[in-house]
Parts: sequence; structure tokens; C-alpha cells
Amino acid sequence: MPGVFQALPALVNGDASLVRRGRYCSTTFLVEAGESAWLVTVHEGRVERVERGPFLMREWSFAVRAPLEAWRRFWEPVPAPGYHDLFAMTKAGHARVEGDLRPLMQNLRFIKDVLAAPRGRA
Amino acid sequence: MADLEPIVGRYVRLVAGGRPHRVYFEEAGQGIPLVCLHTAGADGRQFRHLMNDDAVTRHYRVLAFDLPWHGKSLPPAGWQDEEYRLTTPGYLELVRAFIEALGLERPVVLGCSIGGKIVLELARLHAKTFRALVGLEAADYQAPWYDDTGWLHRPDVHGGEACGALMSGLIAPQSPSETRWDTLWMYMQGGPGVFKGDLFFYRADGDFRDRVAQIDTSACPLYLLTGEYDFSCTPEDTRRTAQKIKGARVTVMEQIGHFPMSEHPAQFRTYILPVLDEIRQARSA
Repeated sequence: MPGVFQALPALVNGDASLVRRGRYCSTTFLVEAGESAWLVTVHEGRVERVERGPFLMREWSFAVRAPLEAWRRFWEPVPAPGYHDLFAMTKAGHARVEGDLRPLMQNLRFIKDVLAAPRGRA
Repeated sequence: MADLEPIVGRYVRLVAGGRPHRVYFEEAGQGIPLVCLHTAGADGRQFRHLMNDDAVTRHYRVLAFDLPWHGKSLPPAGWQDEEYRLTTPGYLELVRAFIEALGLERPVVLGCSIGGKIVLELARLHAKTFRALVGLEAADYQAPWYDDTGWLHRPDVHGGEACGALMSGLIAPQSPSETRWDTLWMYMQGGPGVFKGDLFFYRADGDFRDRVAQIDTSACPLYLLTGEYDFSCTPEDTRRTAQKIKGARVTVMEQIGHFPMSEHPAQFRTYILPVLDEIRQARSA
């Protein structure tokens, strides 16, 4: 699992159309995978930094939290129904989205694609 | 020679809700009228593959109209001073006005999502006037998967981008890239607040849990088909609905999400052609 997040900058920054889609997105968001936490810092569509927690006094805009198993299924090459989309996972109770949702909703397709970037590689 | 498709588009003038409307529709084919109702926040282009399918148009006159406020149907005069909201009686009246205006006799109505939902009311209230009814991604109720539709219409979030991004998850992973993005484009093109206004019907006004048991499928056959990847109207929502309707036929479509006819036309036709054949054969029997 650590490898998945550490690979995120290369996966995102190497995809020119994805970076273009996120060019107005600059924020830091939290991703929880079971017990581990990651802060993903995006600047103008590029993933600048991925840091591993635990965190004590760090700020983030929004958080996406899911058990390890949910992320594993989300990143399968062809995910099963209920694990194929961020909001499919939140509706089914596999994941939770919290915090300031404005940067998420303003850049929704970009953020969803960033989270799905490890699909088939995890 | 120009590479022309068989689809032809026209405008029809009709009155609904006491107001005149100029409604755009497209059609192709000859035979049994098949009126197609698009999903919330989209338009009749969703049915272009069905209209280009000779196996369908050989036997059916396929028609799809854009609801007012959608596609090429303008909002009614005075729209600038109101908040758009689709309601059950308003939608019923529009569908029936369209059928009447074109003089369609005992058509089949096939609707998807909000279109599938209104099919349930057509089945309950007007069954005898239809040859058959087909609801795609239809249920008497679906638990919401976003609790604030305000995100769809506010100045700090691009409505078109947000609608497209939200809907992207309702498309099955197996759907081809071209038709996936076609489907999303229609959502990205919707007018401000229109998808939100349709969702008022989908989420609130169209809660039919107290009435679907009244549907009499002996007066008109009812087919319900739902995609396995649809987490908005889930296969379970459709099955639960069908359990209350004696004679309703349920099919769960594999490798399909919320937009069968537009996200994966080749896969959808394997499910819809047998249904259309059955409807046609019942007629000649």
C-alpha cells in the first residue's frame, strides 16, 4: 500500500491531460487507508508532495477515508459494482468524504481521476 | 454522396402546464411508435445509437424529444424569473402532450432514470393507452447518494463540470471511452440548475413507494432493466419495486451503469432487442 501513494506523483504528473484537467486545483487533502494516513499536496494539477502520517497538527481541505480492503478493490483493474467510483463507495458505506468539499467539487473529475490513478497498478 | 444518418429532427409546438412549448424531437424508422425519454440533465441524443440500429428501426418508429429546458428545447417564455423543477404531474402531462401532438397510437414508451420513473406512473394511470412500457434504471424510490444538490448550481462550482464528474461514476468501467465521454458531454452541456431541477422529481417528488402496487401489467406489459454498475438506481431498487408489481419483468444488465443506451450501445442492444422483439410479436399474436 505505501508504494501506491508514493507512486502517485509520477502517475499523475506523467499524464498531461490529467494535469491539464487539474490546472486550477491547488490544495492539500488527506487520504486514509485503514490505519495509515497520507497528505497529498496538489499545485496547479501536479502532485507536488505525498507525505505519510501519522499527523498531529496538519491542515487539509477534505479527507477521503476508507479501509485498506476498500482501496484494494477500488484499484482493481476492473472494479466490482460498488467499488468502481468514489461516490459508489460512499453510498455503499465503504468510504467517507469529509471536510471542506468545495475544492473537491470544483475539481471533482480531476480528484476522482487522481484517486483512481493507481487502478490496475496497486 | 453525403454520409447521412437516418435520424431526422423537428420541432413540435404543444401546450403543457398551461404554457406553450416548442419541443425538439428526433426520429428514425417506421412501425410501432417507440417514444424514448432521456435521463435527468441530459437530452434525446442519448438515443442516437438506438435510432441508428436497423434491427430496431426496421420495426419501430423511434422518437426522442428533449424536455423543455433540455437539449434544443428552450425553456418556456418567462423562465428567467423562476427556478426550474420537474414534477410528476408536469412530466406526465408533457409525455402525454407529445404523444397526442404527434398522433401516436398505442406507443411503446421507453424511459431511462427519470424517464424510467415516469414510466411507472404511465403504467399505473394510463396503461391501456400503451402497447408496452419499458423502464431503464427505474425504481419506485432510490436512496440518495448525494445529500446536497446545491453543488449542481452555484457560482463557485462549474455546474457542467460538476454534473459530468458526478455522472462519470455511474458509467460501468467496461463502457467504451467514446460513448462514455459522449454521455458525459451531454451532462456538461446542461443549462444552469436544470439537472438539479430534474433531481427534484427523481429524489423527492417521484417517491412512488405507496402506489406502484396499483400497476396492472395485464393491461400493459412492463419491463424493467437496470445496469449492475448503477449505484443511483441499483438492481436491488428495481427488484424491490418489481416485487410489488405482479407480472413486472426484471433484467439486470451486466457491464452497464445508469445510461445503457448511450454509455454502451452494443452491450445494451443485447438486452433490449429481445424485449422489443417480444413486444412486437405479442402485437401480431
